[in-house]
Amino acid sequence: MTATAPRRTGAPIYEGTRIPSPIPTVLKTSRELEATGDILTINFGPNHPSTHGVLRLVVDLYGEDVTGLAAVIGYLHTGFEKNMEQKTWWKGIPYAPRIDYVSFQNNEYVFVGAVEKLLDIEVPPKAIWMRTALAELNRIHSHLVWLGTSALELGAISMFWYAFRERETILDLFELVTGYRMHTRYFQVGGLAEDIPRGFYPEARKFCEWMPKAIDDYETLLTRNKIWLERTEGLGLLSRDDAIALGQSGPVLRASGVDWDLRKTEPYLAYHQVDFRVPVMQTGDVYARYLVHMAEMRESVRIVEQCLDRLEHMEGEPWIADDRKVVLPPREELHTSMESLIHHFKIVTEGFRVPEGEVYFAIESPRGELGCYICSDGGPKPWRVKFRAPSFVALEATATCMHEALIADMIAIVGSLDTVMGEVDR
Amino acid sequence: MNEFDDVPGLIEIVEKHAETTIVVEPASVIEAATWLRDEAGFNFLSDITAVDYLGWGEKGVSGYIGTAAGRDLNTPMTQGYQVVPLAKPQRFAINYHLLSISERPRRVRLQTWLADGQPVQTVIPVWPTADWHEREAFDLMGITFTDHPNLERILLDDDWDGHPLRKDYPLGGEPVRFSGEK
Repeated sequence: MTATAPRRTGAPIYEGTRIPSPIPTVLKTSRELEATGDILTINFGPNHPSTHGVLRLVVDLYGEDVTGLAAVIGYLHTGFEKNMEQKTWWKGIPYAPRIDYVSFQNNEYVFVGAVEKLLDIEVPPKAIWMRTALAELNRIHSHLVWLGTSALELGAISMFWYAFRERETILDLFELVTGYRMHTRYFQVGGLAEDIPRGFYPEARKFCEWMPKAIDDYETLLTRNKIWLERTEGLGLLSRDDAIALGQSGPVLRASGVDWDLRKTEPYLAYHQVDFRVPVMQTGDVYARYLVHMAEMRESVRIVEQCLDRLEHMEGEPWIADDRKVVLPPREELHTSMESLIHHFKIVTEGFRVPEGEVYFAIESPRGELGCYICSDGGPKPWRVKFRAPSFVALEATATCMHEALIADMIAIVGSLDTVMGEVDR
Repeated sequence: MNEFDDVPGLIEIVEKHAETTIVVEPASVIEAATWLRDEAGFNFLSDITAVDYLGWGEKGVSGYIGTAAGRDLNTPMTQGYQVVPLAKPQRFAINYHLLSISERPRRVRLQTWLADGQPVQTVIPVWPTADWHEREAFDLMGITFTDHPNLERILLDDDWDGHPLRKDYPLGGEPVRFSGEK
């Protein structure tokens, strides 16, 4: 099957809609095919190396053709949202990055950002720029994991080693700043948990210099590689309208020709002050998603460089808001100030209070629109926390993308949707 | 005069925390959703969130760690938030977070209130992405969506008892049998 999609012509990717009916997320084998008696139903997963975790796909096969498909999830459900209701607001922060363990820094920010929106607290510029830098480093990290594993699944084994080499450098940077390689808990409500160590800037500069060359290397290996093209071009098609109807976001949406990036359309952090491009592809196939990921990594490097330009001139500036009702007082004050000791004790034991109300805060995570809905009754614990997980929604599109796919294509298609099962099941 | 005044079944429009919430009658959710998509351009459903307000504001605000029912230490409350929140119209709220992917990006929250066991119409015909979101709300919160083609548990096992995100779902552990007990 070598269907070639129209390229940069502006023509629709396909006519009409391919979303199955009546269940939009389940592809049903047609009655005629079922009547042949040659349909083989297999369980793909939940434990299979190419499911990016524990995803189970119940697949109907007619020979090698995928004729029916239903995704079954929930194997990694750990009740994050219920757990967070039992903790004070500030103790909920370490939960958020563990939901999507690949884009941990963005997940941490979305929860902290939602609490800050409800508190209406002002964050100092140094914290805003550092958050932007770390969120973008994390985006590169997430795209590298995606690239390495997806290429590995399609047989490009060496890609995995190259991608993980650069990923290692990024984790070293996180370790340098926060003391942890993943799940850093570096973002605090009101700013950062600690000041930025000076050694971070030269190391990050070195990385920014190296990374574009590394991306050039990846592209040399894949972008014009005949095997790669045959495994990815024209597969897993998703049209513009279907992508919006199925709630797709992030690289999947942009690969389907929708120029949509929350960093541009609803700027948060420092994104309205940095210069970057939003890559958009028109063909809506696996190859287009690959190209979007590669271009986004280059843009992220540019954003990190611009953040470093600013941060290097912010030596000595505050990194967290000076609001003693929310932010822990500086450690040294505890020995001399009674008020600081009281504030410290109250925040640590009871937690800070967040005004009554509900907010929905959304950011552009590496996987798309990552939203956090929080509801407070005015107390020190959340009444309800809910994450809008882009991976959860991405898996809803599997049935639509699997139109006339072969079983081998299924691996490429599911991989291209860039799902992290921790986030799907929460 | 608000541009959402013509939303079918409108009860009220709340502007708070820089967000717009459109509260509608549960019976007109599907009409309101269709109106918002076709007339106001909200072509993208971000999320569906169900919230259980059982016990909301009854015993002060949600609690000091270790007290299950709520906070009763150090009353009256300090830090300026002494006010106990106002009662909610029903036990459950369903929030549809909508987004307009267009030249004019904006968000709105469509909200409706349900009693325990009261069903609400599915919005799959308006936004197909609602399928899994509604299954999740059914699974974890026990909300029934009528005319949903596949309303089954999604995150938990098919034979799971109860709906864990409800506020009356027991927390913590298995029932323990002590020695000497029959």
